[in-house]
Order: sequence, then C-alpha cells, then structure tokens
Amino acid sequence: MRRLSLTEFRRRAGLWFRLESTQERKRRRGFARFTKATCIGCLLTLVLAACMGGESNVERGNREGGLHYGNGAEPQGLDPHVVTGVPENHLLRALFEGLAVKNPYTLESEPGVAERWEFSEDRRVITFFINPEARWSNGDPVTADDYVWSWKRALHPDMGNEYSYMLFPVVNAEAFAKRELEDFSEVGVKAPDPSRLVVTLREPTPYFLQLMDHYSTFAVHRPTIEKFGKATDRFTKWTRVGNIVSNGPFELEEWLLNRRITMKKSDSYWNKDKVSLNKVVFYPTDNLVSEERGFRAGQIHYTYEIPLAKIPIYQAMEDTPYVQAPWIGTYYYLLNTTREPLTDPRVRRALAMALDRDTLARTVMEGSVIPAYSITPPNTLGYYPPKLFDYDPQGARDLLAEAGFPNGEGWPGLEITYNTLESHRKIAVAVQQMWKDALNIDITIANQEWKVYLDSVTTMNFDVARRGWIGDYVDANNFLDLFLENGGNNNTGFAEAYYDELILNLAPQAKTREERYARFFEAETMLMEQTPIIPIYTYTSRHLIHPSVCGIPSNLMDSLNLRYVWLDADRTSSSQPCESQSL
Amino acid sequence: MSDSGLTAIQDAEKGTSLWQDAWVRLRKNKLAVFGLIVLATMGVIALLTPWIAPYAYDAQNLDLGATPPSAEHFLGTDIFGRDMLTQIMYGGRVSLAVGLIATSVALTIGVTWGAVAGYVGGRTDAVMMRLVDILYALPFMIFIVLLMVVFGRNIILLFLAIGAVEWLTMARIMRGQVQSLRQQEFVEAAVSLGLPARTIIRRHLIPNALGPIIVYTTLTIPSVMLLEAFLSFLGLGIQPPQTSWGLLISYGAETMEEYPWLLIYPGLALTLTLFSLNYLGDGLRDALDVRGSKD
Amino acid sequence: MSRFIALRLLQAIPVILAVITVTFFLVRVAPGGPFDSEKAVLPEVKAALEAQYKLDLPLFQQYTAYLGDLAEGDFGPSFKYPGRSVNELIEAGLLVTAELGLYALLIATLIGGLAGIFASLKPNSAQDYIPMSLAMIGICMPTFLLGPLLVLIFGIELEWLPVTGWGDIPGDKILPSITLGAAYAAYIARLSRAGMLEVLSQDYIRTARAKGLPEHRVVLKHALRGGLLPVIAFLGPAFAGLLAGSFVVETLFQIPGLGRFYVQAAFNRDYTMILGTTVFLSTLIVLFNLLSDILAASLNPRLRHQFHTGGMP
Repeated sequence: MRRLSLTEFRRRAGLWFRLESTQERKRRRGFARFTKATCIGCLLTLVLAACMGGESNVERGNREGGLHYGNGAEPQGLDPHVVTGVPENHLLRALFEGLAVKNPYTLESEPGVAERWEFSEDRRVITFFINPEARWSNGDPVTADDYVWSWKRALHPDMGNEYSYMLFPVVNAEAFAKRELEDFSEVGVKAPDPSRLVVTLREPTPYFLQLMDHYSTFAVHRPTIEKFGKATDRFTKWTRVGNIVSNGPFELEEWLLNRRITMKKSDSYWNKDKVSLNKVVFYPTDNLVSEERGFRAGQIHYTYEIPLAKIPIYQAMEDTPYVQAPWIGTYYYLLNTTREPLTDPRVRRALAMALDRDTLARTVMEGSVIPAYSITPPNTLGYYPPKLFDYDPQGARDLLAEAGFPNGEGWPGLEITYNTLESHRKIAVAVQQMWKDALNIDITIANQEWKVYLDSVTTMNFDVARRGWIGDYVDANNFLDLFLENGGNNNTGFAEAYYDELILNLAPQAKTREERYARFFEAETMLMEQTPIIPIYTYTSRHLIHPSVCGIPSNLMDSLNLRYVWLDADRTSSSQPCESQSL
Repeated sequence: MSDSGLTAIQDAEKGTSLWQDAWVRLRKNKLAVFGLIVLATMGVIALLTPWIAPYAYDAQNLDLGATPPSAEHFLGTDIFGRDMLTQIMYGGRVSLAVGLIATSVALTIGVTWGAVAGYVGGRTDAVMMRLVDILYALPFMIFIVLLMVVFGRNIILLFLAIGAVEWLTMARIMRGQVQSLRQQEFVEAAVSLGLPARTIIRRHLIPNALGPIIVYTTLTIPSVMLLEAFLSFLGLGIQPPQTSWGLLISYGAETMEEYPWLLIYPGLALTLTLFSLNYLGDGLRDALDVRGSKD
Repeated sequence: MSRFIALRLLQAIPVILAVITVTFFLVRVAPGGPFDSEKAVLPEVKAALEAQYKLDLPLFQQYTAYLGDLAEGDFGPSFKYPGRSVNELIEAGLLVTAELGLYALLIATLIGGLAGIFASLKPNSAQDYIPMSLAMIGICMPTFLLGPLLVLIFGIELEWLPVTGWGDIPGDKILPSITLGAAYAAYIARLSRAGMLEVLSQDYIRTARAKGLPEHRVVLKHALRGGLLPVIAFLGPAFAGLLAGSFVVETLFQIPGLGRFYVQAAFNRDYTMILGTTVFLSTLIVLFNLLSDILAASLNPRLRHQFHTGGMP
C-alpha cells in the first residue's frame, strides 16, 4: 500500500473524522464560548421581557377611570367639517357636543348644547335654546352665533365637506352649497340673540334632531380657526393638541399619530358632574386579528370589530365578552339593470330567490348577521320593510326558464365585483356556488382594490357589485332616498317617477308617522318589485367588551355616548348587571 | 508506484467535457441531489395536478368549514370546506409557473442585454450598463407595490413586473462572462471568419457563458417566488379565484390560532421548494465553477 | 477616492429625478382618485376638494409646482389626513422604521456574521453544516411565514412576548426585529462564511499564523477585513431589502412605521404621501448604496477604479 502523506490521509479519512490541530481546537473553543455567551444573553433578554409584564392597560384603566377603546382606523383628522368616517365619529363626539345628543339606550334625542327646543305649528321652524352654561374649553360661552358661522363653514362650497348634505333640509342650504346662492343670510338659520338659534326647514323633517348629533352639524370655535388660517382651508393646524378648542365632555390631551389619541375629562363642560370617566384612550386598530389579541392581553377594554373566525369561539363561551346587535345597515348586491341579462326583472328576481341567506348567515358569517330581503333594516324606529320573496330555488328556476334561460341554457355569464376584503370574498364565492347549484349558471367573481372598485361602481362598469350602506340616522328615508333617479348612490339604473314623488314629496308631507311609514312601505314595495338590488343581510355591530365597562348598551346606530360610560372594576362577569353609577 | 496510480493517470488523461465533470461533482453533493429530486417531484405533481388532485378545485362544502387533517382530507380543509391538499397542489402550479415564467422573462432580457453590451463594448457598453446601474438603484419594491395597486389583477403584469426587476443582475453576469470570453481565441477566429455579431453571440458566446447563467437562473427562481408570495400576502399579487402558495399562507396567517394547518402546510410546501432550489443552485455553482472552491 | 465619490453622487441625481417623475405620473394614471368614497360626492364638493389640493391645474403644472415645493423640502399636505403634512407623517413613521431596521440589521449582522465566521473555521463539519442549514432555512422562509410562526410560538402558545405594538409594552420590539433580521442574518451568514473561507486560505493568513500570532489576532486583524468585504457590500442592498421587509413586518405586528404608511397610502391613492415616501425612501436607498460602496472601496482599493458596482466578478 502506498504511504500516504498526512494531508492525503486526512482527505481520505473523510471529512467527519478530520483531525484537528491544537490551534484549530483553541480557535474553535474560544469562538464557541463567545457564541454560547451571546446565546445565553439573548435568552435572558427574552425571559426578562416576559417577566416584565406589569399592570395591563385594562387594570390600570379600571383603577384610574381610563377607558381604552379600540377605534378602527387612524382618523383622517379632527375637523368636524372635513372628516367622513365612523372612527372619527367617536372621537368627535367625545371632543365636541351637538345641539342635541342621542341617548344610547333609547336613541331618543336629549339636550346637548341646546337645553330645550320648540317646534312651530307646522313643524318647519325649530327654535333651539342654547344652554347658558355651555362653554368652549377655553372658557368662552357657546352662542347661537357660533352655530350660524359654523353651518356657513360646513356648507361653504370652497370647504369640500362631503357631509354638507346633512344640512340640506335647512331652507336654501343646498342652494348655498351649490353656489346657486351667494348670500348666506338667506339660508334658514338665524341667531336673533346669542341664546337662541332659529332653524327653518324646507319641510317637516322628523329626523332632523338626530342630525344634530352628527359631527358635520357641530359648531366650531371661530377665533381658533381664524387664528390658524382661512376658515375654508383644510390644512390648518387648528386641531392640534394645544391649539384645539372644543365644547364636549373631553379635551384633547395627546395625539400620537398611528399610536393613540388620549383625551382627558373637560373642566369646562357644562355637564361635567355627570361624566364618570377621567380619561379615554383611542387606539387605531385596523387589523382585526391584532385587535382581538390585544383585547385578550388586556390592552383594550373594547374592540371595534372581531374577526369572523373568532365568533364561534366567543359565542360558545360562557359569560362571553362578545356583544352582537343589529346595526342600521344593509349588505346587498347592486344589479346593473342596463346590462344584459339583468335588464329583465325576472332574471333579477330569480337571482334574488336562488340565494339561501339563512345558510349564508349561518356558515360563512358564523351566525353573526341577519338575512335581509329588502333595503331598509327591520324595525328602523318602528318601520318594517316589505318582504316580497323568499328562498325558493324551484321558483327561481321557473322564473329563469320563463326569462329564456331554462336550466341555465344560453346564459351569457355574469361577474360579481367586490372590493378586496376576506368577508366579501367569502360571500361572493358562496353566492357563486349557490347560483351554480340552484340555477346551473356560470358566474365569475372579481375583486378590485378599493379605489378601483369605487370607480367601477360610480361609472356603472359592473354586472353585479357588492355594496354596503350604513345609515347616518335612524330613519327609513336615508335608505330609500338611495334609489331616487338622480341619487348619486343609486348606481343601478332604477328610476321610477312615482317613487321619487313618494320619497321627495308625499312622505315628508305626511301628517302622522303611520302615514309617513305607509308611504315608505309603498315606495319600498315598488322598489323591490323590480329587484334592482339583491339584499343579503342586515349588518350587526360586533364588539368584545370587557366586563368592567358599563354604559355601552347596544343600539341600532352603534352609537357611543361617553357621558354614560363608567368603569366598575368589581364587575368581573358580563352576566352581572351593571349597578348604576353613584353620581 | 502501484498499478492504481497508473490507472488514475490514464483516467485523468481520457478527458471529460465540462458538463460531465460538473454532473459528477453535482452528484456528489447530497443536498443538491436531494433538491433536484424534490423539484422534479414537485414539477411532476404540478403538471399532473388537474388529473391527480383528490378533489375538484372549487368544490366547497360550507357546512364543513375548516377541519384538521383527516382520512378524507389529508391536509385538512379551509374555511370554505375545500380540500387543502388540492389547494396546495393548484397553488403550487401557479407559484411554480410564476417562478419559471418571470425568470424566463428576466433571463431573456438580461442575457440579451448583457451579451450585446459585453460584446460590443465601448460607448454602447458604457451607456447600457449605466442604465442598468440606474435601474439597479431604484427601489423596485416600492414601484412594484404601486404598479400592482394601480393596475391590479393582471397576472401578465405580475410576470412582467417581477421579471423586470430580476433581469439586471442577469445582465451584469452575462456581460462579465462575455467580456472574458471575447478575449478567447475561438471568438477571434469567428470574427476573422466574418461571422456577424449576432451569430457569434448566439452560437459561441451564449453557450459558453451558460454555466453562471444556469446557476443564477436556479437562484433567481426562488427569489421570484418569494416576491410573488410577498405581493400576494399584501393583497397585490395573485387574486382569487386563482390561488398561490403566497396567498394560501396569507390566509393561513390570519387564522393561524384557530386553524394552524392552513398556515403550516402551504408554508412547508413553499419553504421546501425554495430550499431545494437554493441547494440545487448552490450545488450547480460549485459543480460548474472551477474557480471558487471551498477548501 | 474623492473622484469616485463625486462620480457616484452625480450618478445618483438622475436616478432620483427619474424616480420622482415616474412615480408622479404613475400615481395619476391609477384608476380611482383620492376623493372617491362609498357615498357619492356632490360635484361641487369634489370641485372644491380638487381646488384645495391643486388637482384642477393641468398635469404638467402640478408636476412643476411639486418639484418647486420639493426643492424647498416640502412634500405637501397629505390627501388622506388633512391637517397633516407628508413631512410630519414621514417623520413619525421614519423614527419607528429606522429603529426597527437598526435592530434588525444589528441582529442580522451579529448573528449572521458570527455564525458565518464560526462555520468558516471548521468547514464541511457539523459546525459548518448546522448553522448553514439554519441559514438556508432562514433564506427560504419568507418573512410573512416566519413572523406568524414566531407569533404563534412565542406570543400565543408560550405567551412570552407581546405580539403587537411598538414601544407600548416592554418587549414588544423583540419579535418584529427578529422576524425582520432573520432573513438577512441568513444571507450574511452565508456571505461571511464564503468570504472568510476565501480569505483564510490565502497566503498572508498562513504567513501570519506562521509568524506565531495568536489565533484571534489572525482572525480579527487580518482575516476579518477581507472576509467581511462581501458582507459590507451587501449592506446596501440589504437596506433596501429591509425596507421591503418592513412592509410585511409592520403590517403583521401593527407597527406604525413608514413601510405600513406607504402601502396604505398606495391603497388610499394619497398622492402626496405616495410621492413623498417614494422620493424619500429612494433617496435613502441611493445614499445607503453609495455609503456601502464607499466603505467597500475604502476597504478594497481595487474597487475604486470600477465605475459600476457589480464590477466585482
């Protein structure tokens, strides 16, 4: 056998049995020690972090009277005449107060900045009596002139306020907003003296007081706004901490972008003795999964929403913090009645009848929504919509055959457009399958990114489009006026002159609530006979609420009134009743 | 000296081609071979999916919902009651397809660009490579996000966008290769024969530069697949009803507490494939690249 | 050396200008404007909004106006958050993302570098294969897979670490930094190993050892410089990659950083925010690449005469 050199031997002996020189061993050892030390250091840090838990937000909040509230998205801003969202709603109703506020238990209007109000005989003129104790956070009294100026700002055509239409029931408000009228003094809002605000409406509007609780009708502090720039300029800094002057139960203390907004109880608020919370912290929680985890970890008292997959788990819990209640909104599919084959009302009705809403609600939506057969949610302040059809696959097949597509033959195809969101996808996929199973027709589904989807809907570039509509106030009107011929949110091609007549003239002129509701019923029947939309379900509000929170009852508007909220650290279970505050 | 030594010398003199050498070296690399086998299996499964998938792609069972792995559904079901194994197979088809196609796009553009720049040299080369430098410095991730947001659901656009990002390094490598090859005598011979540049590039330069190209291609596919998965995770890549591993993982991540199998199995599939590709690429690089030895 | 720097700086300017122009026009082309919302907007209101944001001007004029503002360092007001300037939003997000990136880079460099050096000391052994296999897994596992897995294990099952937020709860910075740094640790491990191996086999190392220098001197003083060169050259692209990775990590862990802002802005068609972030990030990346090239060039004089990066074979 050939004698091998040392290197040769090493190579042949295989990599795993390579002999180490002393040097190499020392190198390796020294290094190993260093690496070991680093690893131990890392582990220690981890353990330390785990142990450093400390008091949770909820525990500390209960002790100090601070509510930690998951508020959905980071707000666009805090200017009531600029913002447009629901998260902003909660923030602004904590910072500001409207003429009238809603009682969260009954949704009836209660005194806010106005301590009382009087209606004229024909109910077209409302006189609000401003509470003499109402103050801005800098001590200035709130006067009727503040309202006149603020409504001018809200309606001003240069302002770009997307909610200006809230004030359109006021005489000439719409004309002013559309630049048809230059002189604001012709608009029906006047302050004959600082304590009285006289509002003249185009016609009697039963829900007008509710609108006074919407932020677009709030008053803002004129000197503050004018200090920081032009009144109609959107970009001024008047809403920053330290600049902002507001008139509500809470004042802005801290605003860390995308982290939290902290408010403390206001000293200048006229009703401060009735406010139980000392502090409210709002968190932007746009990720539902993280929000739910935060709730479990005691970081927040209240979640904005809850991931669908978690609902069965919480529903099955005894003593669950999960609260679900009907919400004033409808989830539906828009049908483009100008496109084949949707031009035929029989086709539209067949599609509506072939949907098994109960199964959909039970399986896809985890039993957390209520099937809907019309646009207005049931029991909207006592109004119940008509139900013209039910789940009837056989009936649907017959109708479709009558319309020229027996057993789906000759079906040209249809596409459901929806904006990118998991729950919309789930429903679209389920609907696609249901229509295939019941009617033997092929449907495609397409998701579009939010802005693209909005564009498609506005330009009516769709066959079937998913839509959701949440009411701004509790009245059938704000659902039925969607389908006026010139309604910007119609998007279906539905147009009936008599329908417009009912909604615009006959219903407002009704003398009694029964008469008014009867007109609505007539109009809605007319609407659903044509089936330009396929209602799917009525929205529900879904929140996780820590048992220590009292005073957030469920209501149709999912309306929060922080004045009514208090924290009871002794209440450890949701089935325990809330003892009333000792105030 | 013994007989074995003589035979060894004779064997060495017999001479083998670069490819045969490379193949022998590759075979010795156990991990690379493992990668190759895994990839071949994945490829076969992906091709045959429409015939061998246990369930129809869109067969949903709403009442069933998400269930853990069982006898009927080896990898469980998703929230629609669809079989996960089927989903992963179809997702693999898409992910692999995106990987291959986008890489081919990158390959075509990059190789051509680099070859031309390297061969022609001079001003043209400087301009072409300067452009590459400028493009290299652009934060492509940002543009891709924007592009996908703007133009959305188009899978062709996805291929193009991803391919457009990856061609740059390919171009650089090709150029380097061509530059060093250009000095060789066989190229000079071809030039003196009067062959047009196009033919020289096509028939002489590209085949000889193939080594690093192959290696880099094998390493680009995984980063392309990662890119697609990343975009799908953000909601900007593959759109339903099509599915891809990235999309499956993003859905799984949402519900990983309740249904961990929705995350684990697609994740495993993706990681395994990328793993194999990377090790194969490494192995190829070691096998083909005579210069860079480990020890 | 200064010529090298000057040349590279000069190269950077057309890049940034190209970025600005392309982004500007690309964003305008997108369907769906910033003011489209689910409730139809009155045409008068839309007109007022467009006037306030100067969208009613002809496109080219908007472009030049924007460039003018940019020259003064003003990125303009955000479309989505009126009352906030893009500068403010970038600042708020940048602090967070920079911190996250720094921790991730530290983790990546330390762990990756150490692992790679460690592996290079005894090639083709267990000491080599184990860290390198882990590194390979790190490269192959996407961030958005690793993140949820880490959250599942450490945050939910073991409940050792918090899973959301940044700076709100002690310890909530650990998981995001590890998630982001892991992939880069893997790359750096491989790079440092390869670099170290190449260097350690060089003659001058053998000379140093023959001279009788203690091993740690040899490694630290002589080998490290050359061996870590590929790592340093990698830091530039790593930075760009970290930024991309931060999109995912910030979304996963709900961190209010620039990456998340950017993705949201793209979805919201917040023109000024998209533009501002793109320009800002691009400038950062270009600068960082430049720095990395300079550092590499100062360590390796051969590079100073290359006019292109990637001139390295």
